[in-house]
Amino acid sequence: MISKYVESASSFAGQIDFLILLVTAITGFWWLLAEVIFFYFIVKYNAKDGVKAQYIAGESPKEKRWVAIPHYATLIFDVTIVFFAVQTWQEVKQTMPQADATVRIIAQQWAWTFVHPGPDGKLDTADDIRLVDELHVEKDKTYHFELQSRDVLHSFSVPVFRLKQDIIPGRTIRGWFKPTMSGGFDIQCTEICGIGHGLMPARIIVHTPEDFAAWQLSQTPATASLTTPTEQTGGMK
Amino acid sequence: MSSTTAEHGHEGHGHDAGHGHHAEPNFFHKYLWSTDHKMIGMQYMFTGLLMAIIGGFAVYVFRMQLAFPGMSVPGWGRVTATDYNALVTTHGSVMIFWVAMPVLIAALGNYLIPLMIGCDDMVFPRLNRLSYQIFLISVLVLIASFYAQGGGFGGAWTAYPPLSAKAEYNLTTHGATLWLLAVALEFAAFLLGGINFVTTVMNSRAPGMKMFDVPIVVWMIIIASILFMASVGPLIAGAVMLMFDQTLGTGFFDPNKGGDPVLWQHLFWFFGHPEVYVVLLPAMGITAEEITTFSRKKLFAYKTVLYTAVGTGALSFFVWAHHQFIAGIDPRMANIFSVTTLLISIPVAEMCFVYIATLFGGSIRLQTPMLWALAFIAEFLIGGVTGIFLGASGADIYFHDTYFVLAHFHYTFFPIAFIATFSALTYWFPKMFGRYMNETWGKVHFWGTIIPFNFIFIPLFLLGARGDHRRIYDYTHFPDLMKPGMQDLRVLATLSLVTLLAFQLVFVVNFFFSMFKGAKAENNPWKANTLEWQAPSPPPHGNFPDGLPNVYRGPYEFSHPDRQEDYWPQNAQS
Amino acid sequence: MSMQRPIATTRSATGISTGKLAVWWLIASEIVIFGGVLGSYIMHRIGHPEWASHAEHTNTWLGALNTIVLLTSSLFAVLAHNAAEMGDGKKAAKFLWYTVGGALMFLVVKSFEWTHEIQTGLTITSHTFWSFYYVAAGIHGLHVIVGALIMGIIAMDAAKGKDLQRVEAVGLYWHFVDIVWIFLFPLLYIGK
Repeated sequence: MISKYVESASSFAGQIDFLILLVTAITGFWWLLAEVIFFYFIVKYNAKDGVKAQYIAGESPKEKRWVAIPHYATLIFDVTIVFFAVQTWQEVKQTMPQADATVRIIAQQWAWTFVHPGPDGKLDTADDIRLVDELHVEKDKTYHFELQSRDVLHSFSVPVFRLKQDIIPGRTIRGWFKPTMSGGFDIQCTEICGIGHGLMPARIIVHTPEDFAAWQLSQTPATASLTTPTEQTGGMK
Repeated sequence: MSSTTAEHGHEGHGHDAGHGHHAEPNFFHKYLWSTDHKMIGMQYMFTGLLMAIIGGFAVYVFRMQLAFPGMSVPGWGRVTATDYNALVTTHGSVMIFWVAMPVLIAALGNYLIPLMIGCDDMVFPRLNRLSYQIFLISVLVLIASFYAQGGGFGGAWTAYPPLSAKAEYNLTTHGATLWLLAVALEFAAFLLGGINFVTTVMNSRAPGMKMFDVPIVVWMIIIASILFMASVGPLIAGAVMLMFDQTLGTGFFDPNKGGDPVLWQHLFWFFGHPEVYVVLLPAMGITAEEITTFSRKKLFAYKTVLYTAVGTGALSFFVWAHHQFIAGIDPRMANIFSVTTLLISIPVAEMCFVYIATLFGGSIRLQTPMLWALAFIAEFLIGGVTGIFLGASGADIYFHDTYFVLAHFHYTFFPIAFIATFSALTYWFPKMFGRYMNETWGKVHFWGTIIPFNFIFIPLFLLGARGDHRRIYDYTHFPDLMKPGMQDLRVLATLSLVTLLAFQLVFVVNFFFSMFKGAKAENNPWKANTLEWQAPSPPPHGNFPDGLPNVYRGPYEFSHPDRQEDYWPQNAQS
Repeated sequence: MSMQRPIATTRSATGISTGKLAVWWLIASEIVIFGGVLGSYIMHRIGHPEWASHAEHTNTWLGALNTIVLLTSSLFAVLAHNAAEMGDGKKAAKFLWYTVGGALMFLVVKSFEWTHEIQTGLTITSHTFWSFYYVAAGIHGLHVIVGALIMGIIAMDAAKGKDLQRVEAVGLYWHFVDIVWIFLFPLLYIGK
C-alpha cells in the first residue's frame, strides 16, 4: 500500500508495511461501519410530524448490550494490533543482529557527517571515510549505526527503510538496518533542530556489491585515480 | 450542614431574592472589571476567538509557503526559515493554549456552570476575575514575544531542549523566555479557574440536584479541570527549570552539565497527553447537550458516559510516552505504552457509541447547532481511528513526526476546538444575547467549514504516508518528496485552508449582526430541560430573578411517555 | 466597588465549607508541582551517584533548625485555628502572627545559609545538584513568603472578628508548606 508510493527497501520495511495494512483493514472496517450506522440513524430518525421520540435510558442490560458488544470487539481488535505492533517493534528496536559493518552518523545544526569504516571494516581507524550529507552502504549487508549529535536533538530517518531514531546530544544511540534495494534515497532530519531543520537533507546510496567496492576504492586516496565513479556515486545533494 | 440552611447565612440580602437592588454598574465595572461569571465567560470567549485569528493567520502564511515555496505571501511577504519556525510554533501554542482551552473550558464553563447548577455565580467571583486578568496578561506576554529582538520563539509548541534552552541554538533569546512565561501564566490562570469550577459544582448545586442530575457538560468540564490540575504540576516544575536554563545557564536539560534533554519530554508529555482529554471532554459534553436536545431523547447510559469519562481521564496518565517511542527511551518501555495507548481507545470509542445510540429512536431536527454536533462525531471518529496507527509502536517508527501525525491530531483537535465551539456558540447564543443567529447563514458557514476541512487534512494524511515530515519549510530540497502529485496535494490542502478561513467571515458577520439585530429569542428557544434555559435570555446579574431553582429530575427527560410535552425542565414542579 | 458574597459561596452540598474545599484543591495541584520538581531531582540523583560529593556541602544543622522553626510555626497555626473555632478573633490573630514570625525566622536562616553558600562558590550554576537545590528550596521559599503574606491579611481581619473561617483554611495551607519542607529536608540535607 505504502510501498506503491515509497519503496520498501529494508529487511524490516515489509513487516512495518504489513502492520500498517492490518491497522488500516481493522480500523477502516469499524470506522466505516460506525459512520454508516450513524448516518443511517440521522436519516431514519429525522423528525416527523406527530411521531414522538422513544424514551430510552440505556441503563438496562439489554440496552447496554448495544454498546457493550462493540466495546468488547474494540478490545479484541486492539489486542490483535498490539500483538503485531510489539512483534514489529522488537524486531526493529530491540534486536541487534550481527553486523557486517558499523557506520557513525553525526548530526549537527545543520548538516550530517557520515563516518564509514573503510576497507578495514573498523571505525576509528586511519582509512575511515568521512562524508558530509552522503551515506554509502551495500545492499543485503547488515549495518549497525551509532547516532551522535554535536548540539541539539536531531533524528535520523530513512523513509524507504521505514526507519527513524531520535538523536540525543551527550549519548550514542545504536540501531540497525539491512538495505534490500539499491538506489539513492532521501535521509531526513525528523526532529526540529532550529531554523535549518528543513535545510539538512542528505542521501543514502545503496550500492550493489561491485559498485560498493568501486566506491570504496574511489574514496581512498591511494587508489582513487584507478577507479571510474559510477552514476550512483556522483555526489547528490 | 445541608444546603438549604446555608441560604439563610447570606449576608444582609435575606434569601433567594435576586440582586436587582444594586445600582446599575458603569461601563468599566460592567465590562472590564466585572466579577459576574457571565461577563468573565464572555471575556474569555472574545479573547479566545481573537487569538484564533492570530493562530489562523499563522497557518495561512506558512501553508502558502509550503504550497508556493519562495513566493511573497500576501499579508506577510517572503517567508524565511526563521519565520516559518516561529509561525508553526505560534500556530500550535495559540490554538491549544489560547483558543481551545479558554473557549471550551473557561468561557463555556464560566458562563454555563452557575446557570446549569442553579446558582447565582461562582463561589469565588473575585478570584474568577483575577484568573481572567492573569490569562489576559499571558496573552500580552505572548504577543510581546513576537516583537522581541530575534523574533518569536521557533522551537515548536513542544519546546524540546537543548534547542529551547539555549539562545545560541534557537537564536530567539528573549522570544523563547517570553513564550515560556506566557505559557506559565496561562497555566496559573487555569489552575485558579479550575479551583473555582470544582468547588462551585461540588458545593453549590441547586437543592434536589443529585450527582446524576447534573448536565453531562458540567461533569465533563469538572473532570477536565481536575485532569488539568493533576497533570500540569510537573510541567510547571519543568518550565521553571527550563527558564533557569534559558536565563541563568543552569543545566537541568544540558547533557554537558549533567542534565538530560529527555527529562523535559517526560515532564511535557506527562501533562501533554492528559491535556488532550482536558479539551476533548468538554467538547464531548457540549455535543451531548445538543444531541439530546435536537433528537428529543434522553442521553443513552448517562452513568456509563460519566464513568467512561473518568476512566479515560485516569488512563490518560499512563500513555504519555507514546509521543516518545523513538525518542531514545528504553525500547522496552515502548511496548508498555503501546498497550496502554491502544487500551485508551476503548473508553473513547465507547463514548462515541453512546452518542450514536442516543440518536436511535430519536426525533432529529437538523438545525445549525445539531449539524455541528453531528459533524463533531463524524469527524472525531476519523481522528480516533487514525490514532491507532500511531499507538501501535511498530507503525509509529514510520509515522512519527510526519504529516500523518498532524492530520490525526487535526481530525481530533479541529472538531474539539472549532466544531464543538461553533456548536456551543450557535446553541447558547440565544441565551447569551437574547437573540437568534441567522439559521441560513449558519448552514452556509457550516458547509463552508466542514467540506474544506476534509480537503485540507485528507491530502495531509496521504503526504505523511509518503514521507512528508513536520516543521520542514521547503520540500523542494528533498527529491523523494517532489515526486509527481505530491506538490499538488500540498497546494490542494493550502487552497482548501484559504477557503475555510474565508468562510469564517460568514460566522463573524452573522455573530455580530445577530447580537444587535437578530430576532428576539425567548427563554427556552430549543425547548430544553437544563436550568440555564429556565433563566431569562440573557440572564441578569444573579441569574434567576424569580429565585434560585430547586431540581426535581434529571437533565434529559425528553419525550417522557407520561407527558404531553416532549420536554420536562429540571425545575418544573410537575 | 464592593461585591456582595453570592449565595453560591454559602451553599455546601458536600458539608465542607467552600473556602476549605478550595484550599484542598489548591494543595492537590501544588502537590503535583512539587512532585514534579522532587521527582526530577530523585531521578537525577539515582542516575548520578557522584552528586553525593556536592550534597555533602549542604548545612544539615541549619536545615534541621529550619525544620524545627517550621514545625513550631505550624503548632501556632493549630492554636490559631482552635481560637477561631471558639470565636476568639483576637487570640487567633495573635497566634497567626506568631506563625508569620516563624516564617520570617525561616527566611532569615535561609538567607544566611544561602549567602554563605553563594560566597563559597556554590551557586545555582556551579553544578546541577545546586541548581536543583536552589530551585526546589526556592519554590518552597516562595510559597512560604506568599503564605505568610496571606496569613497576615487574614490575621488583620481576624483581629476584628471578621471571616474567622479563613483561619482554618490558611492553617491547612501552612501545614502543606510545612510538609513539603519535611520532604525537602531529607532529600537535600540528609540524603548524602
